[in-house]
Amino acid sequence: MSEKHTISCLVENHFGVLSRVANLISARGFNIDSLTVSATEDPTISRMTIVVDADAVKLEQVKNQLNRLIDVIEVQEMKEGRFIDRELLLAQVKVNGAALAKLEALTQRYGAKVAHATDQSVVVEVAGDTKTLDQLVDELRKYGVLKLVRTGRVALEK
Amino acid sequence: MTTKLKGAQILIECLQREGVETVFGIPGGVNLPTFDALYQSPIKVVLTAHEQGASHMADGYARASGKVGVCLATSGPGATNLVTGLATAYMDSIPIVALTGQVRTSVIGNDAFQEADTIGITRPVTKHSYLVKDVRDMARVVREAFHIAATGRPGPVLIDLPVDSTVNEAEFEYPKQVNIRGYKLQAAPAINMAQVRAAAEAIAKSKKPIIYVGAGVIHSGASAELLQLAKTLKAPVTTSLLGLGAFPESDPLSLGMLGMHGFEYTNLAVAECDLLIGIGARFDDRVTGKPDEFARHAKKIHIDVDPSSINKTVRVDYAVVGDVRQVLIELNKLVKGADTSDWLKQLAEMKRQYPLTYREKGRLLPQYIIQQIAEATRGDAVIATGVGQHQMWTAQYYQFNKPRSLITSGGLGTMGFGLPAAIGAQFGRPKDVVWDIDGDGSFQMTSMELATAAKQRLPIKIAIMNNQFHGMVRQWQDQFYESRYAASELNVVDFVKLAEAYGCVGLRVDKKEGVRPAIEQAMSVADRPTIIDFLVEQKENVWPMIAPGKPHFQMLGTYAMLSKDGGVPQHRRATPDEESKLSLG
Repeated sequence: MSEKHTISCLVENHFGVLSRVANLISARGFNIDSLTVSATEDPTISRMTIVVDADAVKLEQVKNQLNRLIDVIEVQEMKEGRFIDRELLLAQVKVNGAALAKLEALTQRYGAKVAHATDQSVVVEVAGDTKTLDQLVDELRKYGVLKLVRTGRVALEK
Repeated sequence: MTTKLKGAQILIECLQREGVETVFGIPGGVNLPTFDALYQSPIKVVLTAHEQGASHMADGYARASGKVGVCLATSGPGATNLVTGLATAYMDSIPIVALTGQVRTSVIGNDAFQEADTIGITRPVTKHSYLVKDVRDMARVVREAFHIAATGRPGPVLIDLPVDSTVNEAEFEYPKQVNIRGYKLQAAPAINMAQVRAAAEAIAKSKKPIIYVGAGVIHSGASAELLQLAKTLKAPVTTSLLGLGAFPESDPLSLGMLGMHGFEYTNLAVAECDLLIGIGARFDDRVTGKPDEFARHAKKIHIDVDPSSINKTVRVDYAVVGDVRQVLIELNKLVKGADTSDWLKQLAEMKRQYPLTYREKGRLLPQYIIQQIAEATRGDAVIATGVGQHQMWTAQYYQFNKPRSLITSGGLGTMGFGLPAAIGAQFGRPKDVVWDIDGDGSFQMTSMELATAAKQRLPIKIAIMNNQFHGMVRQWQDQFYESRYAASELNVVDFVKLAEAYGCVGLRVDKKEGVRPAIEQAMSVADRPTIIDFLVEQKENVWPMIAPGKPHFQMLGTYAMLSKDGGVPQHRRATPDEESKLSLG
């Protein structure tokens, strides 16, 4: 059965590594939801967090193929319940007048905040796990979402 | 204090320390410093007609000698011309180091003259690649490249050399060791003994085992260990196309090649076995046919150096990851002799009932020619091939008894591979007789490398099965497209004149009686290439055949079909009745 899996890779922090990983993912036909690259505690190493949509066999293939890349140092699957994951969301929402107060109440419930506001719209900012963010987006759609961006998932083992 | 050397000199110092004696390539604008340094070194430079030829020569050299092959090309078109050769080597896990010139670092990305994004273009067809931006990285990069190419699952590695990295100077120090943190496990995966024991237990339970061998056995030099395993278990051995030679076909336990054009009895045996021991093979689709039906009654063991090969196309019951030779050494300590006499008897009967055969037609047949080459060379030659019908007939009719005696493009199926690969093989094995068994279509894709072979005075023998067709395409058009020959007919080429134009010996044979004398004559030429233009039956087909995606027990061109008067009808499939007979249930 196909489901979402979070893979965390430590990779060499040098030229061309992202394109090697991206190339492999497209060449092997893997479906990915998100891919983030960021610094780690070691300046020579970057961490890639990849969320793939795959069944157990395909997941094993993704991990094996990633391991084949010379620049990939370590591949780790984040197992359910054993990691903390977050992503950041920014959404520009159409809102004015009376609705603004309701929206502010909503954002507070989600630990979100209004990062910017104009007469016609506000930009909501929130960090959280994927499920929480999905729920918030559903709520925001009732007001009218003008633009939306998410960073994709980053994760750390507990 | 160490003296400073130019980047190109450092490169050559490193090549010599890696044991490189011969390189194949073409000079051009940005790699002139490298060629100039080579000129002043003891390394032999073989100028090729085309960079594709250089890449196939490096490949043929590596396959024949077991060493890393090296090819060079300039930037832009030189580098892009290497791509087919790199892809060929990548698919078949052949260790090559390709050195490409690149425009100087400061103009990379500016669409400079003869600039191409070589690293980007070759990324999917190399095991790894490097861009040397700083001459101080040169020695480390070259050292790492050879290490990566030759260890673990071997493969091509490309080093892109901006011209400034070859002319700038640095202190030369050859790295004592290689330390790549992302590669340690791949280079030498630790063997999990629990996996080996599980495999040994499965083997002990088997009554009808078959060992299925791929090129991994040849790459890891495990033929002796394989022979020991087969003899201990009294288990028959079948090989993939690239596995031919890993196990002597003259041995009574040999089942020859399996798969799409494998032997009928071999494919039937695989459909029958209760245990399939896959060793250094990757369950390629040309081997398995319909994956769900492949060896459907068998438990499967897979021994391979590359974890990503396990469960890729066929689910296996037992996997052992590690260097094939090391795993077999451990496995041989655990397995005991088995009684397989009933199974071997059954196989002998299948061999008798469904032998490999062809129908005499009065015209000259490629199968006969290949049998004659095998006899004349006593199976001792190095045989390169192109891709197509002649390649399959070579696999079927030349008995391969030694590792590294068949040089052929399996995974990518690269037409035009034969001649340049034979040239590379002759440099890798200067004392051995090297043949290129080729088709007229395949040969003409790289025939300009006759210039290379003639200039180097190589005594290679080129046997062209000239049927004026892309024969395999024509065969499929007959079988599946109601004989509509879309773009498969070739023009008539006088290969004798072509041979003479290049300063080679040219011979023509159109009758059976002429075959052996021509082969003997070719064998007597020691100072230049010989082409034998064999005018063969135009519409001979490769049998038997499993149609793509079909199971092993559904074959076309079976012995039963061939021995009937009408031969093999076109557009037909085995009937359910035949299917039940063929499956030997």
